[in-house]
Amino acid sequence: MTSAAAVRWSEGGGQLIAQATGVFSLTWLLIALPLCGAAVLLLGGRRTNSFGPALATLLVGSSFVLGFVLFVQMLGQSAEERAFDQSLFTWAPIGDFSVDVGFQLDPLSMAFVLLITFVGGLVHVYSLGYMADDPDKRRFFAYLNLFVASMLLLVLASSYVLVYVGWEGVGLASYLLIGFWNAKPEYATAANKAFVMNRVGDIGMSLAIMLMVTTFGTTAFSGVFAGASEAGSGVLLALGLLLLLAATGKSAQMPLQAWLGDAMAGPTPVSALIHAATMVTAGVYLIVRSNPIFDLSDGARLAVVLVGVLTLLFGAFVGTAKDDIKKALAASTMSQIGYMVLAAGLGPAGYAFAILHLMTHGFFKAGLFLGAGSVIHGMDGEVNMRRYGALRKVMPITFITFGAGYLAIIGIPPFAGFFSKDKIIEAALADSIWVGIAAILGAGITAFYMSRVMFMTFFGEKRWAKGTHPHESPGSMTIPMVLLAIGSVVLGAVLVIGGRFVGWLEPVVGSAEEHELAIPLFAITAIIVAVSLVGVAIAYAMYLRNPVPLEAPTGSVMTRAARQDFYQDAINESLFMRPGQYLTRFLVFFDNRVIDGFVNGSAALIGGGSARLRRWQTGFVRSYALFMLAGAVLVVGALVLVRL
Amino acid sequence: MNDFPALTTLGVLPFVGALVVAALPRGRELLAKQITLAVTLVMLALTVAMAFAFEPNAAEPFQFVEKTPWIEQFGISYAVGVDGIALVLIALAVSLAPVVILAGWNDADDNEQHRPQTYFALLLALLGCIVYVFAATDLFLFYVAFEVMLLPVYFLIGMFGRGQRTYAAVKFLLYSLFGGLLLLAALIGLYVISVQELGTGTFDWTLLAGMPIDPDTQKILFAGFFFAFAIKAPMVPLHTWLPDAAASATPATSTLLVGVLDKVATFAMLRLVIPIFPDASEWAAPFVVTLAVISIIYGALVAIGQTDMYRLIAYTSVSHFGFIILGIFAFTEIGGSGSVVYMVAHGLSTAALFIVAGFLVKRRGSSLIPSFGGVQRVAPILAGFFLFGGLASLAMPGMASFVGELTVLIGSYQRWPMAAAIAVIGIVLSSLYVLLMYQRVATGPATENVKGMRDVSPRELVAFAPIIALTIAVGVFPKPVFDVVNPAIERTYSFLHVEPVEPDVPVTDGEGTK
Amino acid sequence: MNPENYLYLATILFAIGSVGVLVRRNAIVVFMCVELMLNASNLAFVSFARLNGNIDGQIVAFFVMVVAAAEVVIGLAIIVTIFRTRRSASVDDPNLLKL
Repeated sequence: MTSAAAVRWSEGGGQLIAQATGVFSLTWLLIALPLCGAAVLLLGGRRTNSFGPALATLLVGSSFVLGFVLFVQMLGQSAEERAFDQSLFTWAPIGDFSVDVGFQLDPLSMAFVLLITFVGGLVHVYSLGYMADDPDKRRFFAYLNLFVASMLLLVLASSYVLVYVGWEGVGLASYLLIGFWNAKPEYATAANKAFVMNRVGDIGMSLAIMLMVTTFGTTAFSGVFAGASEAGSGVLLALGLLLLLAATGKSAQMPLQAWLGDAMAGPTPVSALIHAATMVTAGVYLIVRSNPIFDLSDGARLAVVLVGVLTLLFGAFVGTAKDDIKKALAASTMSQIGYMVLAAGLGPAGYAFAILHLMTHGFFKAGLFLGAGSVIHGMDGEVNMRRYGALRKVMPITFITFGAGYLAIIGIPPFAGFFSKDKIIEAALADSIWVGIAAILGAGITAFYMSRVMFMTFFGEKRWAKGTHPHESPGSMTIPMVLLAIGSVVLGAVLVIGGRFVGWLEPVVGSAEEHELAIPLFAITAIIVAVSLVGVAIAYAMYLRNPVPLEAPTGSVMTRAARQDFYQDAINESLFMRPGQYLTRFLVFFDNRVIDGFVNGSAALIGGGSARLRRWQTGFVRSYALFMLAGAVLVVGALVLVRL
Repeated sequence: MNDFPALTTLGVLPFVGALVVAALPRGRELLAKQITLAVTLVMLALTVAMAFAFEPNAAEPFQFVEKTPWIEQFGISYAVGVDGIALVLIALAVSLAPVVILAGWNDADDNEQHRPQTYFALLLALLGCIVYVFAATDLFLFYVAFEVMLLPVYFLIGMFGRGQRTYAAVKFLLYSLFGGLLLLAALIGLYVISVQELGTGTFDWTLLAGMPIDPDTQKILFAGFFFAFAIKAPMVPLHTWLPDAAASATPATSTLLVGVLDKVATFAMLRLVIPIFPDASEWAAPFVVTLAVISIIYGALVAIGQTDMYRLIAYTSVSHFGFIILGIFAFTEIGGSGSVVYMVAHGLSTAALFIVAGFLVKRRGSSLIPSFGGVQRVAPILAGFFLFGGLASLAMPGMASFVGELTVLIGSYQRWPMAAAIAVIGIVLSSLYVLLMYQRVATGPATENVKGMRDVSPRELVAFAPIIALTIAVGVFPKPVFDVVNPAIERTYSFLHVEPVEPDVPVTDGEGTK
Repeated sequence: MNPENYLYLATILFAIGSVGVLVRRNAIVVFMCVELMLNASNLAFVSFARLNGNIDGQIVAFFVMVVAAAEVVIGLAIIVTIFRTRRSASVDDPNLLKL
């Protein structure tokens, strides 16, 4: 495709998509490097045990370096010429319909490439230390590489079918990694749960693709977005809702949120990379990428906002009640992604902020998870925060890096989360006062539960189990944590001040006019920070002033409900699983007894009938003779009668 | 095209091989296996050569055509030839043959009554019948091959099976004969009409396809054909022979039976039913599509509830055949081509599952899922193969089945949006039956049952590797298959009078439709 | 003499023969009754030949006689064999025709 034939789609401006040339023609290599690593490690078997993990890390590192080179090159282009298209080969040509394996590198995917390869690379390095003693670590690194490749494919794809390929690929990697220690039956169940719930979301993705082909005759971004404005509003609403369904599955949003908590069964680096920084944000990517569709459908955007608000509150409430440090962080992830989805639902006013929060969240949440992993590592696998306490002395680096992430997530200026969350809340307030209030409330609760995690883990008195000797983690683990902590501190300021990031994304997602607010911006900021501080204060009163009991108190109705994730599993079980099991059992019975019963019954009927008929064959010669005679007489009689 | 009778060679070679193998005396079992493998490899080489010589966009419907009068009084001739669809399916059969023979190298050794020579001779004979079914362009030759094909399977199940093998073999035979009888009746009816319409009676496809037939007569004949193929396919509620047959047969037999032989039905729907009875096909399409969707959901749900691995795989096939038939009766090029790719993909994924299940059952001595547990702990590569087969079955992107499933769904959505929307639920159910089985068999701590289980042997590794390679090759780069299949599908649907499906909002600037 | 009377005689002989076949148990007697039926039919053939004035019936009668002779040879051999093995010539005893 040449620039002359560029496709203009977004209403506010357009995006020129040029044929990738020069260094940009190496886009495919971004994916190929980690994919190659996965293949070598999986096919090479035990022979690659010695060098496999290092190779995997190296390949992801090379991907990052390449991504960075591309980024620098892209910065050199003017803002309107930063999108490149690379078509590798035709995948499925049928008549007029055709799917190409092709990549689209533009500012949006560039941002993701940097996030994925950077955090992915750090997590690889971290895993070198974290998984050092695991006999199966080669397989672990192979899966991690597979994940990075699939995730890059997801964000670089130039058509929805290819997005779907990456989408399923990350789902598979997630399944394999959640179930990495599947010698524990419940971990295997958690992996299954994640995969199946994701597949429910994939129904949305599949149907969206079918609807796109039926409507536009293509699933390429360029074609779909070019035709979006001519499609009927019903089609656009359906597309929006289907894509939202897909996003809820992958991003653990309501109503498909239940798998994320259990997904913490995976090794902690996995939780950091897949279930915090990258994969779970794929839903946000999908919505933002599909902005020409959502721009044209108010109904779809409203649904997105609703899902975002509900999930951000849901996750925040659940986070307050969890004692398992990873589950508390998982609930927090769910809630933070709720913010992003909410922002994405605000339309052009929010797309950029959704991605902005996604970036900062990728850093600070990955940092928090790696910190949690470091703590778990030091505490011999203990995950219950009630058995922690006073770890800041023995794990100073972990404490400081975790603290940086903590300050970032609760939105204390000038840490990264402050900038990104602040923007989302402002945009939400401009859209609707109620959505804004919900978002501010969520910020307060976030501050509360994150402070709770912080205080229970690093402050207070020691509540360690006997024989536990916490220690600081090795360099391979702390260095990634330090790097991510630096990101948690500065990234927000770097990206937001001067509107750098918003400007960077503008060619892709368009821009919104300045929103008018009844109250001045600094007042809103002050309110948000104040609400957050109130949350911290309550947590201080509850978990630092008073000793933390080893056994969780029964708590109020709300606490118990939140501890049970508001009975999400019970609801899913009673609504889907049990009826499904009964239906399955009934159908098996039906198949064996009714359908096969009919088949065997008709066989038995014929067999039985034959047995009766056989009785006529007595074996007595004379009775046969009698029959013959009778028959002959009948024939003769008939002949005579006819003659008459 | 040169004059070398490639298809006859391909079809007769296995029969010759079968005679040679069957004639080998006791004590020469190894030689029998080696000859069998060699024959299949020669066939594979020949098929590859044919694939390269094949011209996808040729004007005539069939290539490698051979035609000799056989029973001239009834217009019957020995006529063979392949279009893109038949070529792809023959290639599938011939590729799977060496794989299953290698994978089931020792499957017949433990049999007390019958010699391995018989087993391999029967496999070869079955392969020959399969080649003829796909290659026949004379309906009578097709019918003969279609019926004769039952005998090797009957003996393979009845002589070399396990469990209730006699019951399963008889059930299979009766079901198939019943369908075959209806097919024969309809075939005679078709012959009578050809006498009226064309002056001389004929069984030649090129003359019968597109022949004007009174719509009501079409419906009756359609019913006869369709019933026979619905049994073979198998569609709910005519499917119950399959689980029994699969549970009793050896993995090699099951693979050829489910993975290839049953494709005859879906192949015949494309080759015979739609071109010869276009009006009736259009008339019956809503009904067929409904049955197909029921098969998809029903097969998957019943699969979830199975406790026997072989039966479970058989029920997944019922579900997958639903997808294939849905694609065929979508009457869109995407659906039709997709269904052919799905046939190939299903052959590969079923082969993968049956073969790995065979490895597992061989080691454990039981095919019940609860009798396993924690296989991944003791035999990681074997468990990895099992997971691969499962993922191929649930249509993981990057594998062949994804290409088929996606295109079938897209194609059927264009014509039957509701049916496709319901069929999509199948993707959730497929993940359930695959992952639950994998979880029960392979994950968790190693149980007493699987302690000391060997991991894959080099022979098993060699047997399984081609399946992995083919599955991924077709999944990543299916274009060659589409290129071969598309013209044949286009020709098939050109007999119909349905409106082609056009996008509602065609992207006009050309560049967008990439 | 009216040739029809031969036909009546043939009918009566045939009826006696068939009743004999049906009611008698002894294989030899049954056999004789079969012969009686054959001869009754021969008589009818010959009578018809006479009535119609051609020799077709007589020719068929010769064929029947040949068949009857062959039958006697085979049949008696079977009966003797059965009698030797089972010490009985009753036709009801060997009901092994039944499964």
